Amino acid sequence: MQGMVEMMSIEQMYQDIILDYYANPVAKGLREPYQVEVHHVNTSCGDDITVRLAVQGGALKELSWDGVGCSISMSSMSMLAEAVAEKDLATFDTALAEFTRLMHGKGVVVPDELILGDAVAFAGVAKFAARVKCALLGWKAVEDAVTRIKGSTDD
Amino acid sequence: MDIEAIRADFPILKRRVHDLPLVYLDSAATSQKPQCVIQAEVDFYSHHNAAANRGAHVLAEEATEAHEGARAILADFVGAKPDEIIFTRSATDSINMVATAFANATMYAQQGLPVDARFVLNPGDSIVVTELEHHANLVPWQELCKKTGAQLRWVTVSRDGSLQIETLESLVDSRTKLVAWTHVSNLLGHQIDHRPFVAAAQRVGALTLLDACQSVPHMSVAVPELGVDFMVWSAHKMLGPTGLGFLWGTRQALAAMPVVETGGSMIAQVTMESSTYLEAPAKFEPGVPAMAQTVAAGVAARYLMTLGMAHVESHVRQLSAYAAARLGSIPGVTVLTSADGDPVSAVSFMVDGIHPHDVGQLLDSRGIAVRVGHHCAWPLIKALGVPATVRASFSVYSTHDEIDQLVDAVIACQSFFSRALSHRGA
Repeated sequence: MQGMVEMMSIEQMYQDIILDYYANPVAKGLREPYQVEVHHVNTSCGDDITVRLAVQGGALKELSWDGVGCSISMSSMSMLAEAVAEKDLATFDTALAEFTRLMHGKGVVVPDELILGDAVAFAGVAKFAARVKCALLGWKAVEDAVTRIKGSTDD
Repeated sequence: MDIEAIRADFPILKRRVHDLPLVYLDSAATSQKPQCVIQAEVDFYSHHNAAANRGAHVLAEEATEAHEGARAILADFVGAKPDEIIFTRSATDSINMVATAFANATMYAQQGLPVDARFVLNPGDSIVVTELEHHANLVPWQELCKKTGAQLRWVTVSRDGSLQIETLESLVDSRTKLVAWTHVSNLLGHQIDHRPFVAAAQRVGALTLLDACQSVPHMSVAVPELGVDFMVWSAHKMLGPTGLGFLWGTRQALAAMPVVETGGSMIAQVTMESSTYLEAPAKFEPGVPAMAQTVAAGVAARYLMTLGMAHVESHVRQLSAYAAARLGSIPGVTVLTSADGDPVSAVSFMVDGIHPHDVGQLLDSRGIAVRVGHHCAWPLIKALGVPATVRASFSVYSTHDEIDQLVDAVIACQSFFSRALSHRGA
């Protein structure tokens, strides 16, 4: 059906702030020490990310990452690293839930800037179904890392 | 070939994307369909729909005639006999059927049941593939090896995209039961010489399977002349409907191959204890077939044969050469080719500093559809040392003008990202 995809300028996706983080990544380069290392990929496009993390006193510590991927996946990881570094686990969970809600919102969800900070810039990306998993890659990796750390300390 | 006349046959090419004319350069993923193919499905459902190969009424006879008529056309299309063509769900399904037949034969042998030894895999036996296979011609063999204890071996790919074909001699030995490889690479786009593979397999009595998904739609393939035992391809990449694939086998190979899926319409006799089975193709086709699709696939094959496969091949090869030359002349663009041959109908490339996914997005904003990513050939991507590629692929309806638009869009993409990133210190 014609017109199924709303006409959209490419600038709606590639917001300046997204390109800023792409050009100047945050917490990139794997560092010591860490409690857990996770490796996630986007199976369809080959985006590839490794995240290292520690949790101390209920807060995210020592978050570092490295990876190869598109501007959306790489900038999302950087923004995430900036937004949740040193924050407590509950804050991360809230941000993850809000970012996931935004990315699954087909571009009609209004994100909470107080929770997401600069990551609200991804509102435009949510209109492009094929790119949603790029934006979520880093978040899923950190979520996995947190889950593993919780699992190892709950024993 | 009159490309404008051909384009008029494909209704989707009139579509606009982001308010721009569609430039469809993703035919290696799936081709578009001419109106006659679309109409063939409508006509079947409108006038002849009934379960083929059963029933004693007019519609059932018409459906059978149309369905079996399509088999004859498809056979003619690849120079084969109708009873050598098995209808499957997809080329992937065809490969999995052969893999499952090997697994079944191996289990039967373990119980002392009579079975053709060529399909039996014991620990220490091997299957040989190449490193440039589509995942569909790799993962089923990995699973088969897991089930049987057989060993998977492969011909590696050099950085220049060539197969280290001289290793075939040592890879294929007396314990090799199957050699499987692709006819045309879905990523580098070149044709692979089948002769060394056939020779190596025949030397030791191993079966052979050719993945022809990217060759049959674009060139004349007379399968009996190739010397392989099995060949697979799909309808949807050759202007035909989705949901239908083909398995061709020699009569000897199909007779020796154990049944895979069982049920109605493939049996000779059934008692409560056991059953006997029909000969191929019925032996491998339980259930009511995808008749509307087989009939439409026959129409697609006719359409291609009317154009003439030599003309089709010449057209897509010219487009591929033109695209490789024009893209390759853009500073900062690298065209990935194989030292083993020129691309047939697909050209993969990378743009320095811009991830393929971002390139694809920028192209889409100009109405240009390409494939980005690892193209279901992850091991090849790794062997070439690249993260992913952009792939432009062509069919009978593709034009030089569309390639010019692609080139302009790639340059615009470079300019967009260099403007966006230069003042940010990247």
